[in-house]
Amino acid sequence: MEQLNTWFTQLLADNEIFTAQTIGYYAHGLANTAQLVLLSLLIGLMLAVPLAIGRSSSRPWVKWPIFLYTYVFRGTPLLIQLYIIYYGVVFVDGIQDTWLWLILEKPFYPALIAFTLNTAAYTTEIFRGAIKATPRGEIEAARAYGMSQAKMLRRIVLPSAFRRALPAYGNEVIFMLHASAIASVVTIMDLTGAARFVYARFYAPFDAFLFVAAIYLCLTFGILYLFRYLEKRLLAHLKPQT
Amino acid sequence: MIDLQGYGPRLLQGAWVTIELGLLSLLLSIILGLLTATAKMSRSWIAHRLGTLYTTLIRGVPDLVLMMLLFFGGQIGVNMITDWLYYQFDIDIFININEFVAGVVTIGLIFGAYMGETFRGAFLAVDSGQIEAARAYGMSESLMFRRIRFPQMMRHALPGLSNNWMVLLKTTALVSVIGLTDMVRVAEEATKATHEPFTFLIPVAVIYLLIASVSEWGFARLQKRYNVGFGES
Repeated sequence: MEQLNTWFTQLLADNEIFTAQTIGYYAHGLANTAQLVLLSLLIGLMLAVPLAIGRSSSRPWVKWPIFLYTYVFRGTPLLIQLYIIYYGVVFVDGIQDTWLWLILEKPFYPALIAFTLNTAAYTTEIFRGAIKATPRGEIEAARAYGMSQAKMLRRIVLPSAFRRALPAYGNEVIFMLHASAIASVVTIMDLTGAARFVYARFYAPFDAFLFVAAIYLCLTFGILYLFRYLEKRLLAHLKPQT
Repeated sequence: MIDLQGYGPRLLQGAWVTIELGLLSLLLSIILGLLTATAKMSRSWIAHRLGTLYTTLIRGVPDLVLMMLLFFGGQIGVNMITDWLYYQFDIDIFININEFVAGVVTIGLIFGAYMGETFRGAFLAVDSGQIEAARAYGMSESLMFRRIRFPQMMRHALPGLSNNWMVLLKTTALVSVIGLTDMVRVAEEATKATHEPFTFLIPVAVIYLLIASVSEWGFARLQKRYNVGFGES
């Protein structure tokens, strides 16, 4: 550790911009970005599964409100959604006197809410497509076994739908990582926020933004390979037989 | 009607900027996309590698970061080139990058990579018998592109194209961050001035939905046109 530290200091010795301090900003930003992305994806996924089931339902009063939600959130820019929630919460009457204000005061939570609602809308549509693509024969077989609707969903429809949704969901994860860059607009110190800070401080756009672009690129490839591995494991039965 | 407190005309101007920006960068991205698709399908090793590098790099980095890099770095880069020209050859030029051009170039550059993938898939989907028939008729490469490849490719490319356009439209909102006065920026300024976020941000959201719905309708008509002769509509 000691050695690593001295090596690191020597490496940065004659660099004016990338000092241990600015690297610290980037590390802090990375932690913020990762928190924001992982939490919104996790909560979004938990919201999306019941919503997708509802969206595939034949009852219009279940189906249409969910359609409206996904249409609005997929049809408008995330930046607008973020602004509406970020600026909007302040103006809810009396919110400043409640305990909620302690949470919503920081920009992190409005951003988390906006990202979660956004990714939930996209994920709902991805899962709906996957549920719709369930082979009829599987459903008929489940019915023939006398499975109840819930059991059929749990044992037949959802497991195979999850697998079919995997490639599209991988894209959504990457999309979310990239979309999270706009968190810096509402003063969150995420990766992009750190880059903007370094840019403003040293007026060195290439150093600041190329470095952060490289980090994003590495993260994107990491996610890409993770999903490729998952697909190989979980979708092995769909590979062309040789 | 909602009271826009005098921000109405500016909001409309902003909407017009959004539409202009969207259409111009769409045009640029289609041109870049066609070039990229050609490069990626070419037999030349260098062209193929360059095309792949471009699409991989652009698609791995967030739009906002690329936009800031090109916008903040662009001017410095251009200045460096013009300075160099001045010292080397005594040519004195000054190029000032304005926000609108930077926005169009950045968005066009980003979506050129996505369009490239769409077009490549579509070109490969054209039945090879059609190309062979065109060759047998003695068509030149350019005539074949115009009459055979392009019209038949569009049928396969349109769904992806429409998808890219919808994402592009939403990406234009990001130019408000680098200082271009599109409708998002007007709405944000109005919100800060009047402390009424919903009055301005919700109409802007509705305009985005309207543009998206109109384009969806337009793309459905185009799809019908390019599907002529294929039985499905």
